[in-house]
Amino acid sequence: MTIRKLFQQEQPRRSFGWGDVAVLLGITALLYIGVRLALQAPEAVQGPDISLSLHVLPWYAALSVGRMAAAYILSLVFTLVYGYIAAYNRRAEQVLMPLLDVLQSVPILSFLPVVLLSLSAILPDMIAAELAAIVLIFTSQVWNMTFAWYQSLTTISRDLHEASAIFRLNRWLRLKWLELPFAAGSLIWNSMMSWAGGWFFLMAAEIFTVGERDFRLPGLGAYLQEAANQGDLHALAWAIVTLVLVVVLLDQLMWRPLLAWAERFKLEMIEGEEPATSWFYNLLDDSRLIERLKQWSRTWSERVDGWLGRRLEPVELDANMPARRSLPFSILGALVIAGVVYLAYQAVILLIAVPPAQWGLIGSGLLATLLRVSVALAVALLWTIPAGVAIGANQRLARWLQPMVQIAASVPATALFPAFLLIFLGLPGGLNLAAVILMLAGTQWYLLFNIIAGASAIPQDLKYTSALLHLGRWERWRVLILPALFPYLITGAITAGGGAWNASIVAEHVEFGGDTFSIRGIGSVIAGATASGDYPLLLAATLGMIVAVVAINRLVWRRLYLLAEKRYRME
Amino acid sequence: MTQEQLVQLDGVIQSYRSGERVFTAIEDVDLVVQTGEFVALLGPSGCGKSTLLRIITGLQRPTGGAVHYRGKPLRGVNPHATIVFQTFALFPWLSVLDNVEIALKARGVPPSLRAPRAMDLLDRVGLDGFESAYPRELSGGMRQKVGFARAMAVEPELLCMDEPFSALDVLSAESLRSDLIELWTSGNIPTKAILMVTHSIEEAVIMAGRIVLMDKGPGRVVADLPVDLPYPRDRKSPAFNHIVDRVYGILAGQTQAEHLELGTAPGEPGYTRALPHIAINDLDGLLEHLADIPGAHADIYRLASDLHLDSDHLLRLIEGAELLGFATIVQGDITLTPLGETFVEAGILGRKEIFAARIRRLPIFKWLFALLRASDQRQLEWNVVRTALELDFPPDEAERQLNTVVDWGRYAEALAYDDSAAILVLEPGAEPVSTRAT
Repeated sequence: MTIRKLFQQEQPRRSFGWGDVAVLLGITALLYIGVRLALQAPEAVQGPDISLSLHVLPWYAALSVGRMAAAYILSLVFTLVYGYIAAYNRRAEQVLMPLLDVLQSVPILSFLPVVLLSLSAILPDMIAAELAAIVLIFTSQVWNMTFAWYQSLTTISRDLHEASAIFRLNRWLRLKWLELPFAAGSLIWNSMMSWAGGWFFLMAAEIFTVGERDFRLPGLGAYLQEAANQGDLHALAWAIVTLVLVVVLLDQLMWRPLLAWAERFKLEMIEGEEPATSWFYNLLDDSRLIERLKQWSRTWSERVDGWLGRRLEPVELDANMPARRSLPFSILGALVIAGVVYLAYQAVILLIAVPPAQWGLIGSGLLATLLRVSVALAVALLWTIPAGVAIGANQRLARWLQPMVQIAASVPATALFPAFLLIFLGLPGGLNLAAVILMLAGTQWYLLFNIIAGASAIPQDLKYTSALLHLGRWERWRVLILPALFPYLITGAITAGGGAWNASIVAEHVEFGGDTFSIRGIGSVIAGATASGDYPLLLAATLGMIVAVVAINRLVWRRLYLLAEKRYRME
Repeated sequence: MTQEQLVQLDGVIQSYRSGERVFTAIEDVDLVVQTGEFVALLGPSGCGKSTLLRIITGLQRPTGGAVHYRGKPLRGVNPHATIVFQTFALFPWLSVLDNVEIALKARGVPPSLRAPRAMDLLDRVGLDGFESAYPRELSGGMRQKVGFARAMAVEPELLCMDEPFSALDVLSAESLRSDLIELWTSGNIPTKAILMVTHSIEEAVIMAGRIVLMDKGPGRVVADLPVDLPYPRDRKSPAFNHIVDRVYGILAGQTQAEHLELGTAPGEPGYTRALPHIAINDLDGLLEHLADIPGAHADIYRLASDLHLDSDHLLRLIEGAELLGFATIVQGDITLTPLGETFVEAGILGRKEIFAARIRRLPIFKWLFALLRASDQRQLEWNVVRTALELDFPPDEAERQLNTVVDWGRYAEALAYDDSAAILVLEPGAEPVSTRAT
C-alpha cells in the first residue's frame, strides 16, 4: 500500500492542447537564452581532482547530500507558493496548472548540457557546476510535490473550509491547522519520491563530462565514476556501500520518523492498513530534550499566532468573488508573452540554420533511442509481471522480499553506470548493452512496485470466483489478472518510460578510461553537440527530444491511462 | 421575552451561470427569524435549504436580494452565528479539546482562559474524560457533541445546524435531540435563536417551534407553519400526527394540471420537469408494499417508518409513482391507481410494457425518442444528449437526469446504452405496441 502511494502520480484528464504549445514555446525561449549564453562558455573546463582515498568518502557523501538538501529546500518553498497561488487564484490556476502538467513530462536531463554551458559562461566553473546540479535536481523534484500540494489544497472538504471561516480563522491559522496538516501525508510521500528521483539526477550531474569540458563535482557520483575509470574495484565497492548507507540512513532517520509523525494527520484509518512506525521517532518521542524543545516551540508558536492574529483578517468564503484583473498584472503578462514570442522566433531562426543532414541525425537518433527505451521497457515488463504477481499474491513472500527490493531500488541507477561500463564495454555491442541496462536498472522498480500493488489489490472474491469457475491458468490471466493489473501497469510504465529517456543522455555518449564511446541516439547527439560546440544542433536536438517525449506522453500514455481509469479501475 | 428581529432576508435569489444559461437555485425568498425562535428549514434535497443557511451565516453572498442581521446589512461571515455541520467538520488531527479551543483561539482568547472554558463546555455535553481523544476514536454521536461544544464555545446568538443528526445512528440522534431541546428550553445558553436545516419531517416537528417548508425546482418557500406543541413532544399524540400529515400533504400533494405536472420538453419554453432519481427496483418495492395493504391506501408518514426509508427517499419514490400514474396523493395519503395495481399484478414482461407505455408520455422521453428517430442509425452520443439537456439543467444535474433517463429507458427496453462507446440507441420499446412489427 505504502509503495503504491510512493510511485503513483495523478495524471490530469487533458489531452494535447494549446497549453502545451504555449509551454513548449516558453521552453524554446528558455533554451534559446541558454544556447546564446553557451556561445560564451569557456572552451575547456578543468574538472576537480577526484580523490579515491577512502577517507574522503564521508566528505563526498556530505557534499552530495548537501546538494540534494539545497535543491529540496528550494523545491519545498517553490511548491508551497506555487501550489497555494494555483489553488486559490482561479485566473492563475488556468495558467499554472497546464504549465506544471507539461513541465512534469519533459525529460529533465536533456537540459543538463544547456544549463551547464550557459551557467559556466557567466559564473566561475565550479559554482556553475554546483548550481547546475542544484537546478537540475530541483527540476526533477519539484513538480510532483507541487501537484500533491495543489491537489491537497483543492480537495480539502468544503465543510472544513466552512468551519474555518465560521470560526474566524485567519490565513495563517488556516495554513497551520487545516492546509498543512491535511496535505502532510501526501507532501511527505512525494518528498520521498522526489529524493529518490533526485539521486538519479545528482549522480548524472556529478559525472557529466564532454570533450574538453569536465563538469564533474566532488561527490559520491564522481567518486564512483573515477573508481570505475581507474578500475579500482575496492574503491568502487566502498562507494556503493556508502551510497546505500546514506540512502538507508536518510530513510531511517528522516523519512520514517516523519511518516510516523504524520500518522496523526490521517483523515480516517483504512481497514487493514498498518500505521507507519519508526524506532527513531519513538526514541525521540521519549527524550527529555525533545520535550523541552516542544515546550519552547509551543510558547513561540503561541506568540507568532498572537502577533499574526492581530494583523490578519479572518478568512472569508465567497464563491461569487469576481476574478480580479489588475492592470500591472496584465502589462507584465503581455510583456512576458512578447518576450517569449521574440525569443522563440530567434530560436526558430537558429533552427533554420541547422542543415537537413543534422535533422536526419536527430530523427534517426530519436528512433534509435525510442527503440532502446522500448526494449528496456519490454524486458522490464517480461520479468516484473510474473515476479510482481507472485510477490503481490503471496503475503509472506511480500513481507520478506519487499525491504530487500526497496533497498535495491533505492540505489540510483546512474551511480551504477560507471560500474556497468566497466563490465560491458569490453563485450560486443558494449555501449548499447550498457545503455539498455542503465535504462532497465532505472526503470524496472517503478514497474515492479506498481505490479505488486496491483496484484495485492485484486479482490479475494474475484480470485475465489475464478477458482470456482475452474478457469485455466491462461484464462485466469486473461480474464482477471491482466485487466486488474492494467491501470497499475500503465502508471508504472509512464514513470519508467520517462526515466529511460532521461538515462539516454548519460548512457549514449561516454568518456571512459581516456576514450570516447558513442552510439547512435538522441542522447549522443545532444552530448556530441555539446562537445563540439555546435549550438544550433544542441538546441534542435534538445527541443526534438522534449517534443518527442511530450508527444508520446500525450498520444500514447495519456490515452492508455484514461482507458485504464475508465474501464479497469476496481474501486 | 420581547422579540427582536435577528435575521431578515428580502427577496434573496441565488443563481449561477453555466455557459450561457443561468440556473436559479433559490428564487425570491423572504424570511424573518426573531429571538426566541427555533426554526426548521425543511424540504427535499435540492431545494436550496443548505444554501440558504450559508447565505444567512454569510459564508455565501446571494446573487440578489438583501440579508440583514439585527437591522444591519450582513457583510462577510456573520460573527454572531455559528454552524453545527452534518459531517461534524472536526479537524481530525486535533484532539477533542484542541478542536474546541481553536474556536476560542481564533477569537483571540488568551491561552490561560481557553483550556478551562473548553473543558467546561466538554463537561456540559458529557464528554469529560475524552478531551485528549481524537475525533476518529469517537462514535458519530460523540463527535457531534464535540461539534456542539465547539459551536457553543463562541457563544453564538444564532445557532445554525445543517442536518446535524442525519449522519448519526437512530439512538444517538434521539438522545442528542433531547439534549439540545433541554438546553434550549432551559434558557441557560446565550443563544437567542436556532435555525435547523433538515429533510426529516418528523425531526422538524419534534424539535422546532416553526417550520419553513421549501420545495425545489427552483428552491422556494412554499409554507410557513407554527408548531405550538409543548415540549417534550409525544410522537404518538394526535396533535403531533396531525402536523406531520399536514407537512407530508404539502410536500407530496402538490398535484397540478397535467401540462404543469409533466412540464415541457427540454429546449421548449416553460419549465422542464426533472425526473426523480429513483431505482426501478425501489419503485417496484413501494408499489408491491402498497398493494399488500387493504384498500391499497396508506398514510405516507406510516409508510416511512414501515419501510425504514428516510422521508427524502420516500418522497422521491412517491413523486415517481405519481409521475408515472401508478399512485395518487391526497392530503398526505397515497393510493394505488388501477394502473398501479395492474402493474403490480403483471409479470416482468408485462411490467416492462406498462412502464414503457407510461414513460412515452413524459416530455423528456418524447423529446429524446424524437431526437433519436431523426438521427442516423437511431443513435446518439451520450455527450450530445447531455449537452442538449444542459440547456435546461445545470451540468451535474443534466448528467444525473441522463443517467436516470437511461436507467428507466433500459428497463422499458426503449433505450440501449453502450458504455464503452458512450452511445444511446433507440430500441423497439420506444414505439407504441400497435406499430411494433415483428
